[in-house]
Amino acid sequence: MFIPHTPSETEEMLRKIGVKSIEDLFKDVPQKYRFPKLNLPEGLTEMEALAEMHEYASSNETVKGLLSFLGAGAYHHYIPAGVDSLLRRAEFYTAYTPYQPEVAQGTLQAIFEFQTLIANLTGMQVSNASHYDGATATAEAGVMAYHNFRGKRPGILLSSAVNPQYREVVCSYLCGYENINIQTLGGDFTLPGNPDDLAAHVDAETALVVVQYPDFFGRIFDLTSFAQKVHEKGALLAVVTNPIALGLLKTPGEMGADIVVGEGQPLGIPLSYGGPYLGFFATKKEFARKISGRLVGETTDAQGRRGYVLTLTAREQHIRREKSTSNICTNQGLMALAATIYLSLVGKSGLKQVANLCFQKAHYAADVLGQIPGFSVLSDAPFFHEFILKCPRSVDAVNAHLLERDIIGGYDLGKDCEALVNHMLICVTEMTSKDDIDYLASILEEVSHD
Amino acid sequence: MNVPENLKYTHSDEWLAIDGNVATLGVTDYAQDQLSDIVFVEITVDKGDSIKKLTHVATIESVKAAADVNSPISGKITEVNESLSNNPELVNNEPFGKAWMIKLEIADQAELSSLMDAKAYAEYCSTRGH
Amino acid sequence: MTEPTIYELSSPGRTGVRFPEPDVPLTHLPQSLMREQLPLPELSEMDVIRHFTHLSSLNYCIDGGLYPLGSCTMKYNPKINEETARLEGFAYTHPLQPEVTIQGNLALMYDLQETLKEVAGFAAVTLQPAAGAQGEFTGVMIIRDYHRSRGDAKRTKILIPDSAHGTNPATSAMSGFEVVALPSDARGNVDLAKLREVCDDTVAGLMLTNPNTLGIFDENVVEVINIVHQAGGLVYGDGANLNALLGIVRPGDLGIDIMHFNLHKTFSTPHGGGGPGSGPVGVAAHLADFLPTPLVGILEKATADLPPLYGFIKPPKSIGRVKSFFGQFGMFVRAYTYIRMHGPEGLRKVSEYAVLNANYLLAKLGDAYHLPYKRTCMHEFVVEGCWPDIPDVHALDIAKRLMDYKFHPPTNYFPLIVHEALMVEPTETESKQSLDAFAEALLAIAKEARETPELLKEAPHDTPIGRLDEVKAAKELVLCCWLPEEN
Repeated sequence: MFIPHTPSETEEMLRKIGVKSIEDLFKDVPQKYRFPKLNLPEGLTEMEALAEMHEYASSNETVKGLLSFLGAGAYHHYIPAGVDSLLRRAEFYTAYTPYQPEVAQGTLQAIFEFQTLIANLTGMQVSNASHYDGATATAEAGVMAYHNFRGKRPGILLSSAVNPQYREVVCSYLCGYENINIQTLGGDFTLPGNPDDLAAHVDAETALVVVQYPDFFGRIFDLTSFAQKVHEKGALLAVVTNPIALGLLKTPGEMGADIVVGEGQPLGIPLSYGGPYLGFFATKKEFARKISGRLVGETTDAQGRRGYVLTLTAREQHIRREKSTSNICTNQGLMALAATIYLSLVGKSGLKQVANLCFQKAHYAADVLGQIPGFSVLSDAPFFHEFILKCPRSVDAVNAHLLERDIIGGYDLGKDCEALVNHMLICVTEMTSKDDIDYLASILEEVSHD
Repeated sequence: MNVPENLKYTHSDEWLAIDGNVATLGVTDYAQDQLSDIVFVEITVDKGDSIKKLTHVATIESVKAAADVNSPISGKITEVNESLSNNPELVNNEPFGKAWMIKLEIADQAELSSLMDAKAYAEYCSTRGH
Repeated sequence: MTEPTIYELSSPGRTGVRFPEPDVPLTHLPQSLMREQLPLPELSEMDVIRHFTHLSSLNYCIDGGLYPLGSCTMKYNPKINEETARLEGFAYTHPLQPEVTIQGNLALMYDLQETLKEVAGFAAVTLQPAAGAQGEFTGVMIIRDYHRSRGDAKRTKILIPDSAHGTNPATSAMSGFEVVALPSDARGNVDLAKLREVCDDTVAGLMLTNPNTLGIFDENVVEVINIVHQAGGLVYGDGANLNALLGIVRPGDLGIDIMHFNLHKTFSTPHGGGGPGSGPVGVAAHLADFLPTPLVGILEKATADLPPLYGFIKPPKSIGRVKSFFGQFGMFVRAYTYIRMHGPEGLRKVSEYAVLNANYLLAKLGDAYHLPYKRTCMHEFVVEGCWPDIPDVHALDIAKRLMDYKFHPPTNYFPLIVHEALMVEPTETESKQSLDAFAEALLAIAKEARETPELLKEAPHDTPIGRLDEVKAAKELVLCCWLPEEN
């Protein structure tokens, strides 16, 4: 274990304190409950612990061992070796929140660079230092919009083409707000259409409209005219986006978004069964002072040297207490660093390449899978790297068959939307080869013949 | 510390200038001194709003603290000082002048009676140390 | 030396990591949907590696030295945790994989849930919350829904002692509750008389940090909890300070109804320069039905030949989801590795030595620094960072001067109830020698404060950069190093 004290040092320390034993330090704890016996297995050495963890790990199937077509909010991308090599520097991962800027410039400058990269990627002017994940970043967009209108506009409209888990989290976060009215629109029972169809529901009570781009079904809709309509009613528009897609696509900023949020996991963060991930949050300059969570700002020291500090901290919970608009404290610092390193390593040309690979391979897959008898691709709009595949049988049955052939099939869309029973969401990234896609097609052919 | 004679004061360090049925509200020299460098001011009510006594009308922030400004009286907001959002340092430099925050039509003159005059406020400040 | 930003280091046309050409026939995305500019930096791989290596050298970290941030539990982060979390069987699993393909993850989560229940004395645990603050949020929503489910709509207040973490009132307000602050008594405990006075049928609950942020164990904790329970309220325990209690006392045994754990404090997962944290929540039996969805359960019991079948279950009255997927899984692996290495005796030893270290340091500093509440402390303590005879020297100056002695400063100006607070938490992993060196530095600074105060006022002298102009940062609000419209 990790306690360095020798018995004689312990004795010496107890003498200095003026007590006889360590037990004497716990007299404030009610005696009746003091020193319970914990019914846990005995401790292990490092060697044994590693073996035990290995045992857990090896009872899993992985996206490396099997061929996976799962996306729906978490994506298997290539992570350049340099990302983890730098993340494993203890100077980064064993430091804490940079409350003392003089000895934390490394963390602070990295976050400042993260803010810059996210702003540029999304086409916005400011970004914060991160949220827990895409879902909570989306919820924080709702919180900011609600407070922006001081509660006078209580409506939050969510497109049903926003990731269903994100919608759930928005509801959990905001349900305690006075008069809040959260609505999901666009077809609970049908495949939601173009976001333009939502415009009619925006009115003077609406604080925020949330859409996803590319949407949960992978589709790309130009939001420019929709953004105008939202703004005509005086509401704000938040766009949930995929950062890899922005290697190719027009930015939400260009199209008029007021807030851009999303899941940063695709940027160099392992799938790791759903976490730790990274929520990003970008907005327009005019809302900079309304962002919750940490922000790093540039300044100078007394000698005029450039440096970075946590700024606007007076709004945060440790000072404002019940009056702060968010309770966020710890963020996802190390994950933001991973994304910063990833974007620096792949750079302008690399991110374009990754995005293009995803796009091209997904389109090849859609083309091939759509030709299998009994299967068809639902495509009413251009898509990025995910698309809807209609199956001749239940998704469960299809996926069970695929699993027997070492394939993890797509996400079952019928779970969230009745109209999409027997439809799966297929995701293809740069990690999927043409051969992989052809193999999937050959196995699905078997399903169609069964 | 400056405590102008002709104003009314609250225990939470707001001042009011009364002109007929219109009141102008700001924060005192003592308040700005306690907060030190003000970096941000946000007026949280709009022109035309009718507010009740103790409504939160503005937030002011320094790097280490934030304070709420509440109106000690009820009334209808007739003007808000838009210039403060871009010039928060006015609160430090001219707390009783250019850093006024809102003007309002007084709804109930009786509410003024609970306010302190300059002498009482100066005494109150002296009891708080610093 | 100032390190240039990645945008300053960028050279147009330079490339870093490249990717293969497409192996499929090409499709064209309509031009109208494509972006024109992609303003990302252009660097070589070595440019990037050097840049971040330079940046890392500007940080203080636990691996470099004692990091006594009160309330943050900056203990040693064992290297083995980093290995286990990166095992391929964990790192390459997708959160939406079929349950049968993911039995190892589910088993680990189940075992961690069971372990946390045992450690803190609760009936059920969710691992979903992403950090302590989100755990609190989860807890307060459970309090709200519990009362609502009983048709008890008038409970609108949450009581919070003035010694609580700032997240407590922020969380309560976010959840729609009115916050009522409770004063501390002369010994730093919750003021019982005041508590009795405010406890009525409008109180939904009390948020209690014990040991509190003064590092003091509330001697009346059982009575505090009883008073709230008798009024029909629930008691939330802030588990940020659990590092003092492992094997010492189980919060659930004391009557606490809900508590969050901070895996990144108590169970050694790294703080990562500000996250990720991980904030599982434990509850007593009457609240188990309200936990966020999903939880890991056993769907089919083990048989002679087969291990149990694990799967997700949805508590019947669940407050819903607070985060996507299941929580900060990578942190579960690290924390569980740590717990398995300790076992019951090891965990108790953690808290015993955390408390020994804090009391030892306090004993060494007690003459030079004023201690507002003179009592045995738990895993941390708070002293005043100022002296009446030298009014110009502040806690901030002491904190900054400590950097010249190559130590990270303690938490300062928190808790708010202590004037010029310095909040020190050494943790159990510091040796006596390390504590002695830290105490010597603080004693030397106390001497300097009288003899050469300018050394403190101008500190730090020996860091990569001096004290920074925070007013300028907040006013000018430069949040990006490069934007297209500025170039």
